[in-house]
Amino acid sequence: MPPGARSRVALGLTAAAALGRFELQQCKDCGTVQYPPREACQKCLSTRLPWKTQDGKGALLAQTNLHHSNDLFFRERLPWRLGLVHLDAGPTVVVHLHEGAKDRVSVRAMLDRAGQAVLAAVPEKEDVNMADDRQLREFTCDPKFRKVLVTDGKTAVGQSLTRSLVEAGAELIWVGYSEPWKQFPGFDELKKLPQVTLLPLDVTDSKSVREVAAEIGGKIDILVNNAELHRPFGIANRAGVETARSEMDVNYFGLLRLAQEFAPAMRARGADGQSSAVAWVNLLSVYALANFPPHGTFSASKAAAQSLAQCLRAEMRPSGVRVVNVFPGPIDDEWNQLLPPPKIAPAALAKAIVRALQEGTEDVYPGDVAQEWLERWRDNPKALERELSA
Amino acid sequence: MSVLNELAKGLQGNKIRIVDLTHTLSPDFPSISLPPEMGQAWPFRIEEVSRYDERGPAWYWNNFSCGEHTGTHFDAPVHWVSGKDLPRGAVDSIPPQNFVGPACVLDLSEEAGRDADFLLTKAHIVAWEKKHGKIPPRAWVLMRTDWYKKAGDPAAYQNYDETGQHTPGPDIDAVRFLVEERDILGFGTETIGTDAGQAQHLRPPYPCHYYMHGANRYGLQCLAHLDELPPSGAIIVAAPLKIQNGSGSPLRVLALIEKP
Repeated sequence: MPPGARSRVALGLTAAAALGRFELQQCKDCGTVQYPPREACQKCLSTRLPWKTQDGKGALLAQTNLHHSNDLFFRERLPWRLGLVHLDAGPTVVVHLHEGAKDRVSVRAMLDRAGQAVLAAVPEKEDVNMADDRQLREFTCDPKFRKVLVTDGKTAVGQSLTRSLVEAGAELIWVGYSEPWKQFPGFDELKKLPQVTLLPLDVTDSKSVREVAAEIGGKIDILVNNAELHRPFGIANRAGVETARSEMDVNYFGLLRLAQEFAPAMRARGADGQSSAVAWVNLLSVYALANFPPHGTFSASKAAAQSLAQCLRAEMRPSGVRVVNVFPGPIDDEWNQLLPPPKIAPAALAKAIVRALQEGTEDVYPGDVAQEWLERWRDNPKALERELSA
Repeated sequence: MSVLNELAKGLQGNKIRIVDLTHTLSPDFPSISLPPEMGQAWPFRIEEVSRYDERGPAWYWNNFSCGEHTGTHFDAPVHWVSGKDLPRGAVDSIPPQNFVGPACVLDLSEEAGRDADFLLTKAHIVAWEKKHGKIPPRAWVLMRTDWYKKAGDPAAYQNYDETGQHTPGPDIDAVRFLVEERDILGFGTETIGTDAGQAQHLRPPYPCHYYMHGANRYGLQCLAHLDELPPSGAIIVAAPLKIQNGSGSPLRVLALIEKP
């Protein structure tokens, strides 16, 4: 692993990078942009240093190729290209340097294999393909050339995901489907894709999960758990606990079963050469942040899943395998029929997930509804709770 | 010699064979699934509690979960709305006398092999009686289709297409004849359901459930090895779990047959 220790204040950079944002502290009193993160303004000593999103534009001052490192992670990956960038916003920063970067560059904050924020500079103008840059590939989880398991191919999201992964260059995609006796719409189309292998998998069945893990667990580079059970209603509008229990069984225990059976092999393959295990993606919901009472029991199951995903993330971090949590707003499917738009289309959600893997983000809030909820929740979680109960 | 002594001698003397009419309960066995907006029965699931390990060093045991209507199972009269108010209609209150009884096995394997939507009619029953004698009162009538042989292939066993499930079963007249004129104990099949896969289109829908349970009779489903039973002469032992007010239960169904 690359060095992982950070001060609490420096974790602000990581928190932003997890969302794919580059943020630095900017003094509320004198306006100076700070780097590295600090407790007090380097110019006026004010302690009012809120994090502000940066555009990252700057000039490359110097570059160097590192041929020696005492750090075990970098020793294996030498030579390593580093640069010094003078940001237009003020500070000068040391960056990991994309091989095409020169003169004007764009700096972004990315998560490294240790899950901590690092800065990387790419050419300002070009549309860079980070998958093709040896160094930046270390910071991303690009599906290109990788082997992927999508746990549920029965849903529109699962089928869109599979197609997006094919487009992104995944080498092999296993697609699970439960209740194999029921043919589902889209089965034949999936089957036609040369990269795709369909296999029976039911996340509510420990035996099924164990058997699939035994069969292919040692080959999976990216696991996308999109299996979910979603039924509308909260407490008062539905009798009994059976539906809520089924939601928990798929959304929470399903993740637990998968994690127990698949995570050990993926952890062991976190540094398995060029195509190592890199990512575990959980399809959660923005309702995991705050309960949406019209879909109250579903929200609760997703909150439970999010908590478990945090545990999984902590357990995966020492291996360098990234746990990506995806928090969409309502998906445009049959279980959200009664909700008015905006709703995220399955294809858009699939693209957002693939993009998150390509760019190396860790927390994904795809679509307008999710983005808006996120901002409201970050601003004041209690206020959001009240608004949702209206 | 008493009857039971004779039975014991027959068992020990290898004159009576026990045929297991039960499928193994496993997560792989196909389970009933209703349209997604309806309540769902649990499929069979099993989780290890310990296996001579740190969770329990000297013992192995599991927790299992399933709905009352999972695997080879028994349907009680209260399962259906037509039987909801009948006395002694739940698995815990059914007179135990009814758990053991003679079986008449109607071989319709050829017909069902030709047509998955095959319906057993009164004419088939009358024809069977011509050959094997009148169905005695309080007997199980078992519909042999050899469908159980498909159990290893869940898709073939369930046999779904876009119009729903296609599995054989009895028609309305056959059910009414068996209940009203033959006073049978219950009706058993090798498929998921005592009714045919397309029985929701009959009037009333699911006639076997409707009439059989409405007359306080029982059902046995997902039976296996009916092809090993003689047309008549077998004794069925089918005692469901004693679940309080239970509508059915998985069970071990045994048949006693006399060796020739």
